[in-house]
Amino acid sequence: MNVIPLPASLDHRSLDGLLDAAARIDGGRVLLDGRHVRWIDPNGMVGLLSAGRHLLDATGERPRFQLPEQSDVPGYMARMGFFREAETILEMGASPPRRGGGASDVLLEITPISTNADVHEVVDRVQTSAGAILSRTLHYPLAAVVQFSVILSEVCQNILEHAEAPGWVAAQAYNWQKRLGRHVLVIAVADLGRGFRGSLAPEHSARFGDRWGDATALEAAFIHGLTRFPDSHRGQGIQQIRKQVRRWDGAISIRSGTARIADVPEWDDTPPLAEGLEAFPGSQISILLPERTEESGS
Amino acid sequence: MTRRPDPLRIDVGGLARRSVASLYAHLVTRPTGRAVRLAIESQLAEAGEPTISLVDFSQVTILDFSCADEVVARLLRRYLEVDRPRDAFFVFRGIQEWHEEPIQVVLERQSLAAVAQVGSGDLVLLGSVSPAEERAWRLVEEAGSLAAGDSPPSGEEPGFRDILEALVRRRLVFPDPAGDLHALSRLAALQ
Repeated sequence: MNVIPLPASLDHRSLDGLLDAAARIDGGRVLLDGRHVRWIDPNGMVGLLSAGRHLLDATGERPRFQLPEQSDVPGYMARMGFFREAETILEMGASPPRRGGGASDVLLEITPISTNADVHEVVDRVQTSAGAILSRTLHYPLAAVVQFSVILSEVCQNILEHAEAPGWVAAQAYNWQKRLGRHVLVIAVADLGRGFRGSLAPEHSARFGDRWGDATALEAAFIHGLTRFPDSHRGQGIQQIRKQVRRWDGAISIRSGTARIADVPEWDDTPPLAEGLEAFPGSQISILLPERTEESGS
Repeated sequence: MTRRPDPLRIDVGGLARRSVASLYAHLVTRPTGRAVRLAIESQLAEAGEPTISLVDFSQVTILDFSCADEVVARLLRRYLEVDRPRDAFFVFRGIQEWHEEPIQVVLERQSLAAVAQVGSGDLVLLGSVSPAEERAWRLVEEAGSLAAGDSPPSGEEPGFRDILEALVRRRLVFPDPAGDLHALSRLAALQ
């Protein structure tokens, strides 16, 4: 039995460790040991689904997931819709808690994205909850809910147009009192599709020659706005997401294959480019939007 | 007699609900944008010629970049081409502050420009426009029309006529057969 121990805090900072560990497995049963998880955010949950799906594809068997021992963590995962999505991907070590029927404080539950209708659904769903969180918690202007919806729409379309495979999106706001001293809204998007290198290769790889790889493909899309479409007018989605995230002093990072690229604000210490990761399929996008303060001026 | 364009009002929000799905209230995703653009083109095909289309975004809350590209930029590009399906001019109205950026970005990326009425009611040019084009367009806009024989206003540069021709080529003003230029907003009965 291959055992992948999950960290105490499974979020954007520890996600690569989980994906790398899953990518190294080439056969046999797998146990995702979540007993010591005390904190998990949308990046962690969507990442766990991605790792599980990859392991299922790689080994032919559903990996076993051992639930976190701290009882409020599985409860929170249930409220985020994790167990509903994990049903066909992970084998549960114990019965997961049921999602309560009361009013939910979740901004956007884990939502599968496989058609354009799903993108409409996501945009419709966040209208009420996002408005309150963006204005009251993050102190963004009222119109920010529109820009936030556009970010969600473009980032979900990235799955459909480039990955050519289903994916998930989730979002939630947290109080990062210890880490940052303010609230942060976290958006996680992941798919197990072709990744940026696979998507761009037919149109652009020849031009880059030996330099072509995951990092080059990410730089081409993230920094220069290249897409797989020969139509030069496409490719504004990621560029516009980056612009809006920068305006809000936020952080955005994209992992694809063996590399991760990021726009890093002053308050974050993620490296702008990481290479040499294990080859994990698809792409994983993390967006962090911090509360606006007078000091940040954002 | 001067042939004036027939005005055609197009409610983008209503069109989206009718042509895509009654459940979707927002202009997001490229296929939605494409469906709305095709619906606009189909309305144009039944209108007179030339046509001035008043494309109304008042009932649209969310417009993403993919939809802006389809509903605004690709629509304009199609009717700028030499083999355009018909003679049509466009004015975009009901453009709120949060619509402006997606429209501006997609137009700039394709070196296009469009006449738009923004939330304040002001008429502006969105997209890629030089200061000289902006000044010349404003002149026509404020006067309502400019007769072919009119001399350039004092202070305008020697290439003023060339600039007006560029506005005609970009379909930002309407030229009648006599060579007089008309503000699109007047023809669309916006002013």
